[in-house]
Amino acid sequence: MTSISMTSTPSRWQSFRRSTAGKVLLTPKGGIAGAYLLILVLVALLAPWITPYPFDAQELSIAAQAPSMAHWLGTDEFGRDVLSRIMYGARTSLSVSITAISVSVFIGMALGAAAGYFGGMFDRGVTSAVDLSWSFPEILIALILVAIIGPGLTSTMLAIGVAYLAQFTRLTRSQILSLKNETYIEATLNLGAGHFHVIFRHLMPNALAPVIICGMLATGDAIILEATLGFFGLGAQPPVPSWGAMMSAGSALIFKAPWVIIFPGLAVAVTVVMINLFGDALIRALDIRAKLREG
Amino acid sequence: MLSYILRRLLLLIPVFLTVSIIIFGIIHLVPGDPIDNLNRIGSSPEQRAIIAARYGLDKPIYQQYFIWLSQLAQGDLGNAIVMRRPVADLLAQNIPFSLRLGGAALLFSTLLGIAAGTLAAIHKDTRIDRSVMAGILLGSTLPSFWLGLLLILLFSVELGWLPVSGARSWQAIILPVLTIGLGGTALVARVTRIAMLETMQKDFVMLLHAKGLPARRIQLRHVLRHAMMPVVTILGLRIGWILGGAVTVEFVFARPGLGTLLIKALNQHDYPVMQGCLLMLAMAVMLGTLIGDIVQAAMDPRVRHALT
Repeated sequence: MTSISMTSTPSRWQSFRRSTAGKVLLTPKGGIAGAYLLILVLVALLAPWITPYPFDAQELSIAAQAPSMAHWLGTDEFGRDVLSRIMYGARTSLSVSITAISVSVFIGMALGAAAGYFGGMFDRGVTSAVDLSWSFPEILIALILVAIIGPGLTSTMLAIGVAYLAQFTRLTRSQILSLKNETYIEATLNLGAGHFHVIFRHLMPNALAPVIICGMLATGDAIILEATLGFFGLGAQPPVPSWGAMMSAGSALIFKAPWVIIFPGLAVAVTVVMINLFGDALIRALDIRAKLREG
Repeated sequence: MLSYILRRLLLLIPVFLTVSIIIFGIIHLVPGDPIDNLNRIGSSPEQRAIIAARYGLDKPIYQQYFIWLSQLAQGDLGNAIVMRRPVADLLAQNIPFSLRLGGAALLFSTLLGIAAGTLAAIHKDTRIDRSVMAGILLGSTLPSFWLGLLLILLFSVELGWLPVSGARSWQAIILPVLTIGLGGTALVARVTRIAMLETMQKDFVMLLHAKGLPARRIQLRHVLRHAMMPVVTILGLRIGWILGGAVTVEFVFARPGLGTLLIKALNQHDYPVMQGCLLMLAMAVMLGTLIGDIVQAAMDPRVRHALT
């Protein structure tokens, strides 16, 4: 009887369907993108155990060979397996971008929340710094930082973190600004709550979702930025495999072995598209498109 | 209007000073002593002193900054360490290539974006709309250097129609412009589409329909013209974006230009060249934003009065 199922407590499946995760993963977009990203993370974590060859196994007799049964995506100029290197490259790309963006989101939220909540001179200082870096393209900020710190993975991470910091600071600040004049905040303050309590218990939880999603979308851009710096020879240094550095080495072989540049680039492109699709599904599920625009 | 421009220029001064301090700082913030970077290993203290004096590194840092700034004002950017030429010469040689590429890419991506946005708006919510916008989104998410390499593979290696790299012939600019342009179309297309859809709701458009004008003509002659406002205002903002793209794409196509020069300097640790390139790029971005703001103020009086 239908009346029974309506009155009974919802099954686990039903509550999953109503949860945010369910709303994201049960759409075709969110499901496919989520599955891809999960597999990618697993590949990155398990790379040493699941790659067909070690990433640095050179065999010059099979250098620059086209894709075959033994080497599904071909070999590079030193006879290294391209597939294995892409799988290891996922480690570099993901760890660098995720670490950099997480730290950047964290600092950006702290700065933005403090600026938005307390206002005054501090706010003005933060806002003008944000406006200054906002007008410069991320790649330019990253190149300035690499010029100062020198090439390498550490400076790549720092460059990515700083390049996107303005975005997170700005978004958090605007969220806090629109929330802090709400009646419930005023009421909490009048009840004697401290600023610390108000920011962390009441403002941040409400401001969190758009900033986290913004961070997630920025991770896609960060993967491209990391690959670009790697391509310039300013990111991961050999023999550490990274998608950008692989393409950089491959561009010398463009006539002889185009697969060396096609496949790592495809890995970057597909990953970025999937991150965007997943982010899009999340935005829809949480219904916060308007909030993201405020930033 | 004139006072707006003057005020806007005044606002640029602190920005320029901040940027110039950061860029000046590069040579001093690098790990290690800049004298060591300029010097061979194992040189005597006397040799170090000579080098320090030659580059003015023995003076206090604020003095060094003002010397650098005043030399900059006279167009003297110092000498390249590795490339062994005045930095100003290197810049003068490379900037025209970047300007040509950037200008062509800006024009191409704007025209393509307007066309795509118009097409999508006219066919709103149909398969055409969705596929145009999805295609453009895809173009903008692809890493530009990879797109460049794919275009080289297709048009130069497979088909043999266009040169792979360099800037000797006029055909050599086609692929770089395509690469930057395809990536940059998305924003223009999106803005055009939204602006057109909003304009289509306006009363005057209804009147035109009521007058019996053909729909295509209303869309292309009246709606499109009105929808161009926001597109023009984002043009200035896009100059910085195009420059960022140009840095990458020049390097991919081995074209002379600021980007190629900068990457070379970064890899060779040639600090004066880095400073020169970064300063030029930063100034171009500031100028682009300035032009964008002025154009916006010229078209919309509310913006002019907001800045007081």
